[in-house]
Amino acid sequence: MFEFSAFSLYDAAFLAIGGVTILGALGVVLFRNIIYSALSLVFTMLGVAAIYFQLNAGFLGAIQILVYAGAISVLIIFAVMLLMNKEARRTNLPTTRTKAWFAGGTITVMMLASIIAAVGFSEWPKTALQGVDNSVGMLAELMLGDYVIAFEAAAILLLVAVIGAIILAKGVENK
Amino acid sequence: MEHLFTNLATALTGWMITLGLSPVWADVILLLVKWIIIITIITLNIIILIWLERKVSAFFQERLGPNRLGPFGIFQTIADAIKLLTKEDIVPSAADKLIFKTAPMFFIVVAVMLYTVIPMGQGMEVINLNIGLLFFISMGSLSTIALLMAGWGSDNKWSLMGAVRSVAQMISYEIPLAFSLLGVVMISGSLNLQDIVAAQDNIWFVILQPIAFLTYFIAATAELNRGPFDMPEAEQELTGGAYTEYTGMRWALFFLAEYTNLVAVSALMATVFLGGWQGPWLPSWLWIIIKTYGVILVFFWVKWTFPRIRMDHLMSFSWKVLVPVSLGNILLTGAGIYFCQWMGWC
Repeated sequence: MFEFSAFSLYDAAFLAIGGVTILGALGVVLFRNIIYSALSLVFTMLGVAAIYFQLNAGFLGAIQILVYAGAISVLIIFAVMLLMNKEARRTNLPTTRTKAWFAGGTITVMMLASIIAAVGFSEWPKTALQGVDNSVGMLAELMLGDYVIAFEAAAILLLVAVIGAIILAKGVENK
Repeated sequence: MEHLFTNLATALTGWMITLGLSPVWADVILLLVKWIIIITIITLNIIILIWLERKVSAFFQERLGPNRLGPFGIFQTIADAIKLLTKEDIVPSAADKLIFKTAPMFFIVVAVMLYTVIPMGQGMEVINLNIGLLFFISMGSLSTIALLMAGWGSDNKWSLMGAVRSVAQMISYEIPLAFSLLGVVMISGSLNLQDIVAAQDNIWFVILQPIAFLTYFIAATAELNRGPFDMPEAEQELTGGAYTEYTGMRWALFFLAEYTNLVAVSALMATVFLGGWQGPWLPSWLWIIIKTYGVILVFFWVKWTFPRIRMDHLMSFSWKVLVPVSLGNILLTGAGIYFCQWMGWC
C-alpha cells in the first residue's frame, strides 16, 4: 500500500482547481454560443478564487467570488442578452478577417513570451512563507493608511464613471 | 451533552488514525462526514419546514392546512416528495438543454456551500474560516447566476422576465445586506463567525445594532425572494417566474435550495445578531437550533402577513431607503465606538 503525504493532497487539489480554471478559460474562447462563453467565465473566476483560497489569501478569494463571479459575470450576461439579436447558437464564431487573426496572434505571443520570461528569470523563494493569519487587518491598514490617497482617488474615479453612465443612458436635458 | 458532537468527531479521527490512516487523510474523511451529515440534516429538516410553513400559513388564513395524512398531516410533505420524485421529467424542446439541466444543480450546490462557515455550536463548524462572514455573503451572491441560467435556459418569456427581476432585486439588496453586517464587524473587530459569537458574551448585537438588524432582515427577505418580496416567482403575474418550465425533481431542487437558503440565512442571523450558540442551561447546538427556528418563524409570519410589493417600489426602497440607512448606521457605529473609547468604557 502506498502512502499519501500532505504535499501530494495539496498538489492534487491545485491540479483540479487549475484544470477547472483553464477549461473555463478555453470554454470562453471556444464556445460558439456567447451565453455559454459567459457562463464558462464564471467557472474561470471561481477557479481563480479557489487558487487564492489555497494560497491562504481568503479575503482576496471571497472578494473575487463576490465581485467577479457574482457581479461582473452577471453584468456581462445581462449585456449579452440585451444586445443579442441573432440566433444564440452562432453568436461567438471565430472571425474570418486575417487582420484580426494577426492582431490576436501577436498579442497572444507577446503575453506568452512575457509570462515565460517572468517565470523563468525570477528567483523563487526556497522556503514556503507562513501565511498571514489576519490578512484583512493588514490590508485595511495599508488601504486606509499608506495608500489612502490612491484608494480614495479610485473611489472618485468609479463615481465619475457611474455619473457618466447615467448621463449616457438618460441623456442631458437642454434648457 | 455539550460536547457530544465534538467528542464524537475527535473519537472518529482517533479511530481512523489507529486504523493506519495519516492525520491529513483522517481530516479529509472527517470533512466529508461533516458534509454528509449537513446534507442529511438539510433534507430532513426541509420536510419538517414545508409542513410547518403550510400549517403556519393555514393558521394566518384561518384554515386547517394539511390534516389528512397522519396526525396533524405530518406525512403530507413525504407524500408530496414521493409524488415529485415519480413525476415525469419534462425538458421543453426549445430549451437550452445543458443550461436548463445545470441550473438547479448549481443553485443547490451554492445553497449548501453557505453552511461551510456557520457555527452550529461551540467548536462545531465545517471550516473555521477567518473571513467566514465575507465568504457567506460572496457565496450567497452566486445564486443570481443559477436563476439567470434557469430563466434563460427555459426559453420562455415568463421565465426570463422572472429571472431578470430576481437578479435585479438580488443585486440591489446585496448592498444593504453587506453594509448592515459591517456595523457588527466593526464592534467585534473580526469577520470570523466564532469570534462574533464570542463578542456577544455580555450583550447581543441585536441590542447594540437594532438598525442593522432591521436592515439585514429586510434585505435578507429580498435576497431569499420570499414574500412580500417574491416578485421573481409571483405566481399570479408571472406564472412562477424562473421556475415556470421546471417539473418534478428539477423543480423540487429549486424548492429545496430556497428552503436551504432560508435556513442558512436564519442561522446566520441567529449567529450574528442573537448571540449564536450562547445561552444558559441547554447545550450550545440546541440553542442555535432554537434561535434559527425562531427567526424562520418570523420569516413565515412576515410572508403570510404582507401583500406583495410592486417591482419599482421594491427597487427604489432598496436604493433610496435601505442603502442610506445602512451607510448611516456605519457612521453611527464608528462614532459610537470612538465615543466609547473616549469615555474610557471600552
